[in-house]
Amino acid sequence: MKSAVVVFPGINRERDMMLALEATTGHKPVAVWHTETELPKVDLVVVPGGFSYGDYLRCGAIAARSPIMTDVRAKALKGLKVLGVCNGFQIITEAGLLPGALVRNAGLRFVCREVKLKVENNKTWFTNRVAKGAVLSCPVAHGEGNYICDADTLKRLEGDNRVVFRYAAGSNPNGAMNDIAGVMNEAGNVIGMMPHPENMIEPLHGKTDCRPLFEGLLAA
Amino acid sequence: MTAPKEPEITPELVAQHGLKPDEYAHFVGLLGRTPTFTELGICSAMWNEHCSYKSSKKWLRQLPTSGERVIQGPGENAGVIDIGDGQAIIFKMESHNHPSYIEPYQGATTGVGGILRDVFTMGARPIAALNALRFGAPDHPKTRHLVSGVVAGVGGYGNSFGVPTVAGEVNFHPRYNGNILVNAMAVGLADADKIFYSKAEGVGLPVVYLGAKTGRDGIHGATMASAEFDDKAEEKRPTVQVGDPFTEKCLLEACLELMASGAVIAIQDMGAAGLTCSAVEMGAKGDLGIELDLDKVPCRETGMTAYEMMLSESQERMLMVLRPEKEQEAEAIFRKWGLDFAVVGHTTDTLRFVIKHQGEVKADLPIKAMGDEAPEYDRPWVEPKKPAALDGSTIPAPNDLAAALLKITGSADMSSRRWVWEQYDSLIQSNTAQVPGGDAGVIRIGGKKAIAVSSDVTPRYVESDPYEGGKQAVAECWRNLSAVGAEPIAVTDNLNFGNPERPEIMGQFVMALKGIGEACRALNFPIVSGNVSLYNETNGQAILPTPTIGGVGLLSDLGKMATVRFKAAGEAILLVGGHGSHLGQSIYLREILNREDGPPPPVDLAREKTHGDFVRSLINSAQVTAVHDISDGGLASAVIEMALSSGLGVALEELSHVQLFAEDQARYVVSCKAEDAKAIISAAKAKGVTVVPLGTVTADAAVKIGSRCQVPLASLREAHEGWFPRLMA
Repeated sequence: MKSAVVVFPGINRERDMMLALEATTGHKPVAVWHTETELPKVDLVVVPGGFSYGDYLRCGAIAARSPIMTDVRAKALKGLKVLGVCNGFQIITEAGLLPGALVRNAGLRFVCREVKLKVENNKTWFTNRVAKGAVLSCPVAHGEGNYICDADTLKRLEGDNRVVFRYAAGSNPNGAMNDIAGVMNEAGNVIGMMPHPENMIEPLHGKTDCRPLFEGLLAA
Repeated sequence: MTAPKEPEITPELVAQHGLKPDEYAHFVGLLGRTPTFTELGICSAMWNEHCSYKSSKKWLRQLPTSGERVIQGPGENAGVIDIGDGQAIIFKMESHNHPSYIEPYQGATTGVGGILRDVFTMGARPIAALNALRFGAPDHPKTRHLVSGVVAGVGGYGNSFGVPTVAGEVNFHPRYNGNILVNAMAVGLADADKIFYSKAEGVGLPVVYLGAKTGRDGIHGATMASAEFDDKAEEKRPTVQVGDPFTEKCLLEACLELMASGAVIAIQDMGAAGLTCSAVEMGAKGDLGIELDLDKVPCRETGMTAYEMMLSESQERMLMVLRPEKEQEAEAIFRKWGLDFAVVGHTTDTLRFVIKHQGEVKADLPIKAMGDEAPEYDRPWVEPKKPAALDGSTIPAPNDLAAALLKITGSADMSSRRWVWEQYDSLIQSNTAQVPGGDAGVIRIGGKKAIAVSSDVTPRYVESDPYEGGKQAVAECWRNLSAVGAEPIAVTDNLNFGNPERPEIMGQFVMALKGIGEACRALNFPIVSGNVSLYNETNGQAILPTPTIGGVGLLSDLGKMATVRFKAAGEAILLVGGHGSHLGQSIYLREILNREDGPPPPVDLAREKTHGDFVRSLINSAQVTAVHDISDGGLASAVIEMALSSGLGVALEELSHVQLFAEDQARYVVSCKAEDAKAIISAAKAKGVTVVPLGTVTADAAVKIGSRCQVPLASLREAHEGWFPRLMA
């Protein structure tokens, strides 16, 4: 399972993500700088969390137009697996790989806390090791994670079972529509989520609830 | 474009620059002529209290700053301690009080940014941040605005930069109504043999400007920080800088990459007094002159004068002396990160600080006299009066103990700070072992090793008795680190006081430092860095004296780390250090009886050490299941916090209000398996430590004291968690 982690200026959870990928899959991911124009040959591309370009202008907007994103988009359309976490979710959404948008938290403040994450679809390459309906503890750390989309899109996301993760009842930290925490594209190869599974994989993190997600990458 | 004509030097202009007539006369004497406008600006920037420590130096010298682990004590960008295995911890705390009062969001962000820069300038990657915040009365009309802005600012910078914020303090008191305190601390990790210093070496070497461009923001920030406030404080808004955490994150990565390349001889961040202070420090420390050509300085605005450029406090900038053969490689690294890189001058052997701009010499000053030989004062001081003793037995019991427990638990200073710390990313970097809410933040530094960090001071104690209060601040920090199982190794101090020209304020400063020094010596807890913030007054009203102590401790085995959370019903609860009797300056006195009198609890440092070492030995031998130090609120608050964090109840034996609320020092609450309690008590006895059984952890979600008092955990939780969100709603 070869993976690449795309790094933009201002991204700051790339180390967390690389450590998690290596610890769980046994393979060290390749870091790819944003000015590159071609991805190395990998099975998975991760766009990690942080504050690319300081989140100035609009979260993810500048990074989505970086040179490397042209190749990420092209390969995603051909079926390459792409995972976007937090700022990465915002970036790949801005890049048009996922529908909807992430806007300011309903509470207007940055929120770092552990939430309960319900796995709504376990037939994906990232959730195949967990039971449908399983509730995982997972931290969030964001100021703009409030998922919104138009009514038709929402209907299709729900109808096609493309809501991969949902905040469990009472656990929604940002006001996201239908408690949506993570979604996938129609083809199922692109997944974006606001919470940080990479920060919940070893005993030090308090729980290891999200380790099976990464371990699932090996099976996919 | 020609620069506007520089103003003539008049006594009024000198006074506006914060220089006293005798200081100005001394300056003129050094030059042998009238200074230029730019020179006057440079002098005011270097000789103000904030940069020169002229009132405090004499007393700071008396603090213990060395120890077997100390690699670098005060005087550099930050202190450096050896933690074995070739690793070093670099840390410092610094205040950003005045700017944060005027413009809370930007004041706080630039405070955080400045301290992070101090740490990574020395070659360390920041791995933890803390902040100690003091606000005015909760019902003061400005308080909510200030809390909201400062907390958002601390989070806004640290979260974006990517450092976990894992500990800190937030307190309220009317004495901070017109002058809040924002003390930010950063901790970094580096290889012990790859530390970078600010001392320039070698003549004729390039002086390089790195980072963001220079603008007109923050001009005279350091001078502003060296004067009292009045009702027109808000007019000083233009002296507050604007933070850009994105640029700082890029600057961090670029600097670490550059340092790894071997190009750096000396490096200094541009903090207070920007280009002036950084250049003077690098030259003065290395016994070298510096010549700068301001035409080369990257500017954000056109038409900036030499005066403006030298005094700008634009953020996210660094100055460096570079190996000339590595110049191209260095520039490429900075270009990659989208940052400015410009050779703006060179080192000389003249010991002069020479500033050229548009073909003219704008300043030519003796560099040593500007820097390490700046004026120093021995300000008059009077020893504060000791408060009258307070006999604990004369303090009445509460009419309703349950109500008193709820009131204290839900009071401004004792309630949960969750509203605050949930706005800080405490988890980034994947190494956080303890988030805020316990005794100390804990961060893994590879393998089983970890560091613990805590910041502490009890300003009402220091106000009442600066000497005992100074000792207590150190003791509490040492205790908090011990309570998670860490060996406390070194501290940074952030000394916030009023106007040092008033002998009674100077007296507070002198006596608090005496206490701090004595405690650090007794606990083998050297001070390796720090910051002094004086003139914290508005309209003649000084803040409570607040010498914040930031401590770092080392855990060799993370697996043994202790937490405040009870683990299982049926376990025994023990009090290490015996029952207390001191209610002077206690939370009980203030919250229940509306009194703020009496002396603070005295600190017996030998006892503190014995008890702390004993608790650490219990943690290391896995004999205890939870540990919490006793401080504000006494035994009652300690036990309630342990219960709340676990969701388990307690059944305590009958305890008097003095026993419950006394804030005597050197004490801890621990829990252990019921069958182990006896052995712990007898082991303690052999070491001269009193350990008293208090009761049992229960499954019934209530705090029971004796037969008459029972408070449901749900009510305590509502009080504890509810206060802050209600204030800010």
